[in-house]
Amino acid sequence: MKKLGFLLQKEFRQILRDRIILAMIFAMPTIQLIILPLAANFEVKDIKVVVVDHDHSTLTQRMLGKLGAGGYFRITGAVSSYAEALRYVERNEADVVMEIPADFERNLVREGRQQVSLSIDAINGARASIGGAYLNYIITEFSQGTDLDVARAAHPAAAGTPVINVTYNTWYNPREQYKYYMVPGIFVLLLTLIGGFMSALNIVKEKEIGTIEQINVTPIRKWEFISGKLIPFWIMGLIIFTIGLLVAYVVYGIVSVGPLWLLYLFAAVYLVALLGFGLLISTYSASQVQAMFLAFFFMMIFMLMSGLFTATESMPAWARTISALTPVTHFVKVIRMVMLKGSGFADVRWEFCYEIAFAVVLNAWAVFNYRKTS
Amino acid sequence: MGEQVIVCKELTKRFGDFYAVNNISFEVNKGEIFGFLGANGAGKTTAMRILCGLSYPSSGSATVAGFDVYRQQDEIKKNIGYMSQKFSLYENLTVSENIEFYGGVYGLSRAVIRERSAALIQTLGLEKEAKKLVGELPLGWKQKLAFSVAIFHRPQIVFLDEPTGGVDPVTRRQFWDMIYEAAAGGITVFVTTHYMDEAEYCNRVTIMVDGKIEALDAPQALKQRFGAGNMEEVFYQLARSAKRSSD
Repeated sequence: MKKLGFLLQKEFRQILRDRIILAMIFAMPTIQLIILPLAANFEVKDIKVVVVDHDHSTLTQRMLGKLGAGGYFRITGAVSSYAEALRYVERNEADVVMEIPADFERNLVREGRQQVSLSIDAINGARASIGGAYLNYIITEFSQGTDLDVARAAHPAAAGTPVINVTYNTWYNPREQYKYYMVPGIFVLLLTLIGGFMSALNIVKEKEIGTIEQINVTPIRKWEFISGKLIPFWIMGLIIFTIGLLVAYVVYGIVSVGPLWLLYLFAAVYLVALLGFGLLISTYSASQVQAMFLAFFFMMIFMLMSGLFTATESMPAWARTISALTPVTHFVKVIRMVMLKGSGFADVRWEFCYEIAFAVVLNAWAVFNYRKTS
Repeated sequence: MGEQVIVCKELTKRFGDFYAVNNISFEVNKGEIFGFLGANGAGKTTAMRILCGLSYPSSGSATVAGFDVYRQQDEIKKNIGYMSQKFSLYENLTVSENIEFYGGVYGLSRAVIRERSAALIQTLGLEKEAKKLVGELPLGWKQKLAFSVAIFHRPQIVFLDEPTGGVDPVTRRQFWDMIYEAAAGGITVFVTTHYMDEAEYCNRVTIMVDGKIEALDAPQALKQRFGAGNMEEVFYQLARSAKRSSD
């Protein structure tokens, strides 16, 4: 145990001497938390609409007025032909072309139904589908609203169609702001980087410069060496996590609804799992470049499959299976549940078991492999 | 002949059908400076790794400081020091921090480390550099410091793997003065080298060729036997017959 003290002292000296790493410890959580939630935003705002109105009636004027009033759509042009409207799209001045047929109002009053054509630029898939759906919703609402009383009165059949009132209630994230969704996810990103990358690179560095040979001829035991490597990053991870929580509070006013101890408990176990993963990578790599690529390869998959950016529920079954097999996924889920919904330990006990299992398996594998190779 | 601190009997290390070390036997006496010579790829490093408790032999037996290389690697590690030309010290730790770290992992108490460290820094004349990073020191100083760190815990044997590579002749001479001093203090020195003038400084040398020991004697006796004027000629005569290409 006394030797472990000397090992830890050495590791901390080396880590703290590295100004770049030290700066990163404070800069990484702060900058990522400030930038990412603002940038990685799925909110659809300011969709540019170009209108081809062949009708020019008071009804279409009212409909367009309503469209512009919501704040989500901006009518960037009114042109007389579809071809002209497409040029707006090509110049990126419009996302949606809305074409209203001639005699729209007259036919609507006479027949009770009319079609409006929407052509949506689908290069940005999320923007297109969310924007399109919302636009559709507004038009439907408009057609069912009081605006059409005249039309219904004139055409009794239409009056019989039931008017469905759709009401939305958004829970836990009342204003549907993506920062609430993203901030907890970024904590996961931070801990994953510390746990997975830095530990792997640090151990491989000793291999690369050869000091590991020198360590091997000393009476340091394997477990002492491994603990000496992992404990500093575990502590650093928890420090970064704490800084992250403070930044989330100061910048966004986000305070965990659920208990803090539960967050720390998960962070602590998750870090052990990821440190095991980093150690595992280091046993398979001979150079820092190899370790970097290996870690990056897995981290990309972990991150993209974790539900951090896209909901796991909308993945195909095979992808959900892969997703469930990474420790990242469960941590993302739990940290959102606890921070935003205030879930307690009972709600996340299965995820806790998963994380423990990941920690045990990854570390056992890494230690086994470490013994074999040296 | 005094007490024997290293005893090798028919030691062999095989990788597949390649005999890196082929049936070597020798003894090293306490306080002796034992030179281990051979071309690159002759098997020196493999033999040394076995004796340092870093790898297991395929057959044969060996004891180091009285401990068995198969069963008592941990005990061996406690009783030896090791220094290599390529790496030894952490460049991003200071002189004092390196000494403290290596003293600590060999189980010395902080009080003992403080005391010996101060004395060592004074002996080496590194008072001004004690708080400097090792990476900023010139190579010759690094090597001298690395050797001092390797014997800081007063081991019975110190293994030196090409310790003076890339060092200027004056520093090499100083380095050998330190080796003599350590040997005089009772530490057995096991040293590999490519410099034949250094071989002359050893009490006895072995010359390995293709995994086998081709000669083992005092430098003076070897020169006589091969009718050579210096160790360089002795080495050439033996190493010329090598079939393995150098790595």
